[in-house]
Amino acid sequence: MQKKTDTEVLLNVVDLAVGYDRKEKALHQDINVSVNKGEFVCLLGPNGAGKSTLIKTLSGFLKPLSGDICFGDIRLQDLTERQRAKRVSVVLTDKLQVQNLTVFELVSLGRTPYTGYFGKLTDHDKALVLRAIQEVGLGGFTHHYIDKMSDGERQKAMIAKALVQETPFIILDEPTAFLDLPAKIEIMQLLRKLSRESKRGILLSTHDLDMALQTADKIWLLAQGKSMQQGIPEDLVLSNDFKSFFERDGVYFDNNTGSFKYHSGNRIEVTLKGSGIAHEWVARALYRLGYKPVAKNSDWLIEVSSNGSHSFSLYKQSKLLATCENIQELMQKITESM
Amino acid sequence: MQGDEAKGRKKLAYMVLTIVLLLVFLANISLGSVYIPFSEIIKWMVGIELENEIWRNILLKSRLPQAITALLAGAGLAAGGLQMQTLFRNPLAGPSILGISSGAGLGVAIVVLLFGAIGGKAISHLGMFASLTIVMAAFIGSVFVLLMVLFLARKLKNNAMLLIVGIMVGYASSAIVGLLQFISSKDDIQAFVIWGLGSFNNVSWDKLSIFVPLVLVGLAGSLFLIKPLNVLLLGENYAANLGLNIKRSRLSILVVTGLLTATVTAFCGPIAFLGLAVPHLSKGVFKTADHSVLVPAVIIFGAVLALVCNVIARLPGFDGALPINSITSLIGAPIVVSVILKRRRLTQ
Repeated sequence: MQKKTDTEVLLNVVDLAVGYDRKEKALHQDINVSVNKGEFVCLLGPNGAGKSTLIKTLSGFLKPLSGDICFGDIRLQDLTERQRAKRVSVVLTDKLQVQNLTVFELVSLGRTPYTGYFGKLTDHDKALVLRAIQEVGLGGFTHHYIDKMSDGERQKAMIAKALVQETPFIILDEPTAFLDLPAKIEIMQLLRKLSRESKRGILLSTHDLDMALQTADKIWLLAQGKSMQQGIPEDLVLSNDFKSFFERDGVYFDNNTGSFKYHSGNRIEVTLKGSGIAHEWVARALYRLGYKPVAKNSDWLIEVSSNGSHSFSLYKQSKLLATCENIQELMQKITESM
Repeated sequence: MQGDEAKGRKKLAYMVLTIVLLLVFLANISLGSVYIPFSEIIKWMVGIELENEIWRNILLKSRLPQAITALLAGAGLAAGGLQMQTLFRNPLAGPSILGISSGAGLGVAIVVLLFGAIGGKAISHLGMFASLTIVMAAFIGSVFVLLMVLFLARKLKNNAMLLIVGIMVGYASSAIVGLLQFISSKDDIQAFVIWGLGSFNNVSWDKLSIFVPLVLVGLAGSLFLIKPLNVLLLGENYAANLGLNIKRSRLSILVVTGLLTATVTAFCGPIAFLGLAVPHLSKGVFKTADHSVLVPAVIIFGAVLALVCNVIARLPGFDGALPINSITSLIGAPIVVSVILKRRRLTQ
């Protein structure tokens, strides 16, 4: 059984309605979600679902239209700016365009709520800043200028800024949006690790379902015209919530693999025989070109043999059409003969 | 460690800058259309009474107040320019971006041109009284615009909108000035044009007793804005999340910059480019975005550049003094161009 402190609720959202304009209808209402200490939560939803609006409301940039956002036992609306700065820190999509600002200087701005009138850092502040820079893996970049670093490194610096703000709760708005795949994975792993080790609650919005499914402790699903769903990734897949939130014409969510498939109407079935890695990649190539690889018999047959080198034989109604050395050739042959 | 290296560099830059400031101040005292031997100047400076009364008068009544005016005007405009560039996150913002100097121009135009046209007597012929009236008019004009900007700043959430309002106020003022010029006499127009050329030598000791405290208050205010300015580097959203009261900080910045710009413009006329160019120069030399370094740096650097411009304007060979506005523009414009070119290289 878990200790009580581990499941302490950091953020509790009750009957929240969000939107930009009080006069107009709320973008979303009846939002009831929570984040626990040490929990890594991903907010997912299609474009235009209102993820940003929710993030901005939880960060305090927008006022809730109705309902309550509670940090522990205090409502967000009742906090002064300075108190709020010690409760929740943010990493936003705003691109920094400052020249001559070093990582150290940027991260130390995270100490703003704690420093005095002139913003002078104490030794304790400096130690915290240096530790945070180490923690996000920018140890070698302490005095580098941020405008000369990659997007991923800059994102890490912003995360370090959020860390030294020493808030129990961190909100990140699409922190992986502009990053390449390795950098995305790195950032997600880093955030997950930070939530575990420092017992902070971390909420981030993202488009990367794959990665969210693999890393999140909890997922919030948001879509226009649907009530918000909250749960662990696996439950949301099993309950078909993912399917219902993201599927549309031409796109379907495969509950077996937990990924999206491109769907192009009626596919011609192609029997695929063989095994191993070559089999797998031929199946992918077929899928990509709009065929449906099947195991049962059909008019078309591809035999994959892997004796040292790979060879692919294409049959139409049991008649050998061609034997190919690589998948590209095979795909050309099959397209020509259709 | 690179951090220590950078610190050493900053210390050195401060030291060099301070020495240069002393040197150009000395140059301002010693150079001018009347030749005074350097030994006499040194004597005068250490407090020995000079026998030549004319020299004494020139030093005390002309060169010294002029040097003090230039020093404080440069410092004030540069501090204002830095604040505007950070607040609006725009490298081409300057202290005049809020339309404050246009407001001053409008005030002066109304007094000089309109009263001249109505009263039938050119105010430029009224001597000392006129010069103080012009200062008052400029100050009232700029404070009027400042109050308008502040009022709008409370209503507008967005800094970009405020910037546009400032520029529009500038256009409107220029348009009214143009209309006034259309109906005014030649003498009055010339008086207005001369005011518009800017000058550091119209501030007598009487006026300095108002000018100096006002600028010093503004400069002291700038030092208290270091923290909010640093936080604003990250943009308003991050700044708000870090606990900064955005509206209050913006208002304080506008009041301080407004006070500095209004004061300097009222007493010296509109001085172009100094406030825009000096922050860029300082950022280039100090290689930092940290305002605890930059605010003192632009204050010293602004003073240096204004004094340099003043010396150039009075170089022997020029009859009287060249218009200071031309000199600051001639020096400032290349700096601004180089900044744009450098930016372009960075983004490529």
